Amino acid sequence: MLVLARKKDEAILIGDEIEIIVTEISEDKVKIGIKAPKHMKVFRKELLEQVKEENLQSAESKVDLKALAKAIKK
Amino acid sequence: MNIKTKFFGEIEIDEKQIINFVDGIPGFPEHKQYVIINDEELGFTFMQSVDEWSLCFITLPPATLVGDYSFDLSDETVEKLELEKPEDVATFAILNIPEDFKKMTANLRAPIVINTKNNKGIQELLDGDNYSMKHQVFKEDV
Repeated sequence: MLVLARKKDEAILIGDEIEIIVTEISEDKVKIGIKAPKHMKVFRKELLEQVKEENLQSAESKVDLKALAKAIKK
Repeated sequence: MNIKTKFFGEIEIDEKQIINFVDGIPGFPEHKQYVIINDEELGFTFMQSVDEWSLCFITLPPATLVGDYSFDLSDETVEKLELEKPEDVATFAILNIPEDFKKMTANLRAPIVINTKNNKGIQELLDGDNYSMKHQVFKEDV
């Protein structure tokens, strides 16, 4: 992995189309601005991890469908 | 063709019904083909993996959970699914059903989006915080 040190308002270019700018630095947080083409998805990594976790849990559920249907129709 | 399913034993499906998830879905990248099984008696829609019988998601259309469910699809998804019209989209929210099913939640933040014209599907991750990954299906204690 490439690691670069940047100061506030300095930027990084990835290819021709992606620019990442450090807009604010505080004690334990940085604010980052991202310019990327619209067709590229940008989101927090932990969100994808959450989706994964949700899917795994959903797939594992050992649900008794008949009991569930009965309860819902009550 | 016949496939084994998690909840319905062996069933016959038409190969044309198979939904292709080019990227799989997060957590299950190796399984790319699913069939949609509607069970009107139970009121759920099942998303059954074609090649793995034990993998089946129970879903509901988000509109049955929140009245005004709507979102913008990313350009990337529109391209990937080769979507032409909004009417061609079918959307499902995966349910997470714990042992105490009253605590059932629906993932409205990452809906399953299918182009019904070509049967291509994706699990879309929505921008913004409008919808929860753990939307309570039952509002109060049943």
